[in-house]
Amino acid sequence: MGLDTLILLSLIVLFLPLAGFAVLVFFGKRLPRQGDWLATGLVTVSLLLSLVILFARLTSPESVTAGWTWAQFGGIPGIGEVTVELGILIDNLSAIMLVVVALISTLVHFFSMGYLEGDVRYSRYFAYLGFFTFSMIGIVLTHNLLMMYIFWELVGLSSYLLIGHWYEKKSASNAAMKAFIVNRIGDAGMFIGIMIIFVHFATFSFDAIFSAVAAGNLPFESQAWLTAAGVLIFCGAIGKSAQFPLHVWLPDAMEGPTPVSALIHAATMVAAGVFLVARMFPLFTADALLVIAYVGAATALLAATIAITQYDIKKVLAWSTISQLGYMILALGVGAYAAGFMHLVTHAAFKAGLFLGSGAVIYAMHAALHKQHDHDTDAQDIRNMGGLRSRMPVTYWTFLIFTLAISGIPLTSGFLSKDEILAGTLAFSTLNGHWLLPLIAFGVAGMTAFYMFRLLILTFHGKPADSKRLSMIREVPGVMAIPLIILAALSTFIFYSFNPLGASSGWLFQALARPASVVPEAFAPATWPVFYEAISRVHTPVMILSIIIAVAGVAFAWLVYERRSVSADKMAGVMGPLYRGSRNKWYFDEMYEAVFVNGTLALTRISNWFDFNVIDGIVNGAGTVTRGVSKISGWIDNVFIDGLVNFLANITGSIGMRMRKIQTGSVQNYLVFGVFGFLIITIVLLSI
Amino acid sequence: MELLLNIVIYLPLFGVLLLLLVRKDEWVRWSSLLITTATFVLSLPLLLQFDITATGSAQYLTVGEPFLGDWDVKYMVGLDGLSMLLFMLTTFMAPIVVLSSWSSINKHVAGFYSMLLILQTGSLGVFAALDLFMFYVFFELTQIPMFFLIGIWGGKDRIYATVKFFIYTLVGWLLMLVALIYVGYAAGNMVNDGVFTTDWRLLTDHAFQLGLVEQTWLFLAFGFAFCIKVPIFPFHSWLPLAHTEAPTAGSVVLAAIALKMGTYAVLRYLIPLFPNAAIAFAPMFAVLGVIGIIYGALVAMVQKDVKKLVAYSSISHLGFVVLGMFAFNTIGAQGAIIQMVNHGLSTGALFIIVGMLYERRHTRWISDFGGIARKMPVFTVMFMIATLASIGLPGLNGFVGEFLILVGTFNSEVLGSYWYAVIGALGVILAAVYMLWMFQRVMFGPVTNEENNKLTDINAREIGLLIPIMLFIVWIGVRPTDFTKYSEAEVTHLLEDTRTRAATIAQNTADDRLPGWASRLYDVTPQMVSNVKHENQEE
Repeated sequence: MGLDTLILLSLIVLFLPLAGFAVLVFFGKRLPRQGDWLATGLVTVSLLLSLVILFARLTSPESVTAGWTWAQFGGIPGIGEVTVELGILIDNLSAIMLVVVALISTLVHFFSMGYLEGDVRYSRYFAYLGFFTFSMIGIVLTHNLLMMYIFWELVGLSSYLLIGHWYEKKSASNAAMKAFIVNRIGDAGMFIGIMIIFVHFATFSFDAIFSAVAAGNLPFESQAWLTAAGVLIFCGAIGKSAQFPLHVWLPDAMEGPTPVSALIHAATMVAAGVFLVARMFPLFTADALLVIAYVGAATALLAATIAITQYDIKKVLAWSTISQLGYMILALGVGAYAAGFMHLVTHAAFKAGLFLGSGAVIYAMHAALHKQHDHDTDAQDIRNMGGLRSRMPVTYWTFLIFTLAISGIPLTSGFLSKDEILAGTLAFSTLNGHWLLPLIAFGVAGMTAFYMFRLLILTFHGKPADSKRLSMIREVPGVMAIPLIILAALSTFIFYSFNPLGASSGWLFQALARPASVVPEAFAPATWPVFYEAISRVHTPVMILSIIIAVAGVAFAWLVYERRSVSADKMAGVMGPLYRGSRNKWYFDEMYEAVFVNGTLALTRISNWFDFNVIDGIVNGAGTVTRGVSKISGWIDNVFIDGLVNFLANITGSIGMRMRKIQTGSVQNYLVFGVFGFLIITIVLLSI
Repeated sequence: MELLLNIVIYLPLFGVLLLLLVRKDEWVRWSSLLITTATFVLSLPLLLQFDITATGSAQYLTVGEPFLGDWDVKYMVGLDGLSMLLFMLTTFMAPIVVLSSWSSINKHVAGFYSMLLILQTGSLGVFAALDLFMFYVFFELTQIPMFFLIGIWGGKDRIYATVKFFIYTLVGWLLMLVALIYVGYAAGNMVNDGVFTTDWRLLTDHAFQLGLVEQTWLFLAFGFAFCIKVPIFPFHSWLPLAHTEAPTAGSVVLAAIALKMGTYAVLRYLIPLFPNAAIAFAPMFAVLGVIGIIYGALVAMVQKDVKKLVAYSSISHLGFVVLGMFAFNTIGAQGAIIQMVNHGLSTGALFIIVGMLYERRHTRWISDFGGIARKMPVFTVMFMIATLASIGLPGLNGFVGEFLILVGTFNSEVLGSYWYAVIGALGVILAAVYMLWMFQRVMFGPVTNEENNKLTDINAREIGLLIPIMLFIVWIGVRPTDFTKYSEAEVTHLLEDTRTRAATIAQNTADDRLPGWASRLYDVTPQMVSNVKHENQEE
């Protein structure tokens, strides 16, 4: 297949969902079935084409890029003319991610047809799904940082719109806003990182940046700046992939429709951060990667400890998503590139499956509660479920497979990728002694198995919370069940590696060869051969240990929740503050509310007061002073200036009044005055 | 084409005669729409024929005879890369403004539209004038109709608002008038055989070299006037008031056109006329710009009145413009120009949108709304696009401006620090906070106020007047070069020329003749000289 054809195909894949969005936004309500078939059909075509692209990519050695000039700027000091290109890059990374996105999106489209049937904004929902798919594919296909940032923000927008789909609910619109703003905080850091890169290299293109760095050209000639740029760009991933400390938006985002949670907040969008780190991997210095690794580990641990005590089925899954994303980030941070990205792929399938499965449960619960005319019981609280296994067999069995996968039990896809991550983390610590990382990684693996089986058992096993309600529970229709079955199949090892106990011989692992670092050797992470050797040394013990830990986690959950041989309440009592902390998500929301939200609000109030009283006060003060001065001068004018004039006038007037008396009108008087006057003048003249 | 430019400028003014002839209010509205639309259509050839590569001299230049006795003050209009986009923005917005007040103005309709038309001629004149004196005259021509627009058709506190707006602006501009006369005489002595001149071509002549001390005072006088007009923090307090009290049309013109006169004047006059002072004061202006970005956003956040919130967001956006201009490089200044256009479009749209809500509910309090999205779906889409444009979402126009400005600032030699760009970038977070929070409270949630249940969606006229703005919001966002190309050559030329002249003046100035404060202030100049020398050698 020609390279141009490949580019053309990828453009079609990119724009088909956008076309669906455009049609549905304007004409959605007038189309039959509100156009859901159109949106779904277009995405399905995108999926088929992306499969073609993947096969073409895997069978040819070269990656493909194409660029088009978007804008030209002049006058950047020391650089001059700069061309900004839009472009496509198809390598293994993007081709694999493309299939993941298109696949999950297609399945979610189908599932949504059932889940959102009869929704008030049904066509708008499908329009937004299309817009999301477009933006996400944009992130995947781009060959430069600017476009990455543009689509990054557009993905944030579609997430905002979809979380707020039921915006009449205050909690939904709050969650939408929170997601957008928290993401913006990460994005601002990413933007600054991009600026550092751009003003120095005058290009956004990955290739150009990498080759410039490889040639020894560092931003501001310092590796500290390169590390800073890397960490700042990683801030974007912290926001989007809900890493500590910006993880707070993702649990709230569960206010969106459940299929949206599956697509955006589990499988694809939140994985964009992982994709970004993988994409920029060659640029990260060892220091930057260490930061990344620790952020990932902290996130994985934090989220796992919270997931253990939650009762909302979607919230448990949300925290588990955060935890698994932390895993991926940790893997990339330690240099286990293929393992981290492979976990993204396997996680996308089983976590989307878990969310869709939870969606099926919630759907069935809603229907049953509706029939009971019960509007108070929470359809998402696992304490209101129990025993659903008998009524929803397809959902149960698929859910079980997904749970096995996420717990890392052999024969599943999750085992393959998680095992590689654990091996990579341990290998990393053998190289440079960061032993805390593997400790956390193994601990989280155990916790994951525990809380996921807790969820499974409380939902599907045991005694029903309400047996009458249970009898009204119905299995979901085919349009929702089939996506679950497909995802369950994709959660087995066979699609990723023919060896159920080792991923490294599989095609996916092979296709994800770690790109060489372009950073000067002194600051670069351990090279792949060194790292690989370390992994080989620890691999077998890690595998055995990971199986033991996973099985132990499952067994413990079984003892506590199925057999009830250990009381969960008693354990919670013993744990005391730890339990309460976990239950309350370690008070992050409260802390942020108190510090950042209230801090900002206080600052805004001070600014507003300052604006009204000081800034405007000075202006008004100047006005008042001017008025005062003019009043004084008015008074002076009135009293003195005008007084003088009036005084003169009065004098003249009064003199006139007196003189008037002379004017008697009698000729005799005038004659007498005349004679006297003549005499006086004569005397005066003579005396001189 | 010279004739066409003059026709475009004066057509609205002569249109007032037509308005005085017709009787019925309905006819007045239609005539105004006709006149403003004709003005816009006639201005299109100016854009299409514009030579984007030409620099240094304006196109479609009309030069009249001196009319003030012995002074070389003459009627002179033309367009160049600096003014082209803003000129077009003015002709583009006018029909929209007329349509936006179609049903909301029922008092003295003919008077209202006459004022708008006079304002239109004044604004076009401000952007086309190439004689500093004519610029001043046209500027005053815009002030008077604006005074009446707010004072007669405004809200409850309209008199206070309009008097404050008028006097505050006037104080600044009178100070500038004094400086202008000084500049006229100085230029006359240096480049015009002793004849007082305000011809822009002579004012930017290389032989016109104001001393550093003179430059400082003149720069401050001009700068003060422009700071008030933009407005730049802390001279902004007239703006929220005027915006809030003005009728919708007044707010739109004020935001879209009138505020741009200040920023445009900075780029057209303040920077090229006083090159050394502009470079020396650039960091201070950049600081004010950054403060404006953050401060405007913070104050916007707590406003309870939607219109006031949008008004404060203007201060934040204009902070970006100021920052971009004083970055002193093409990319920053280009960003500033496109950001002026962007702000005109998106903030203009926001004021129109708030006006539509006000017309229906007669309130602007955020707390009176809530849950409107369900009632007005089409309106919601428009409002959302304008909101997202305002917070700089990529793919829409606001992002392009902010991006160019921040990149320009980050690498600015004159500013010499990346902190301006970093803090500016953080301002983008705040923009999302105050805009989305407002949007949520107005549009989302359940309907809490019974009145809001009666709301009807926007009608064909209202959709029709918003669609063109939305079109450009997306167009600029997706293909920015279709717009930035008009100013690129001229901006590059202007900044280079300014820096060269600054270097020449600095070279010709003996350091020991300067008072202490001046030699400290212009510490930057020897470095500037060496930079320019360096660049010239490279060429």
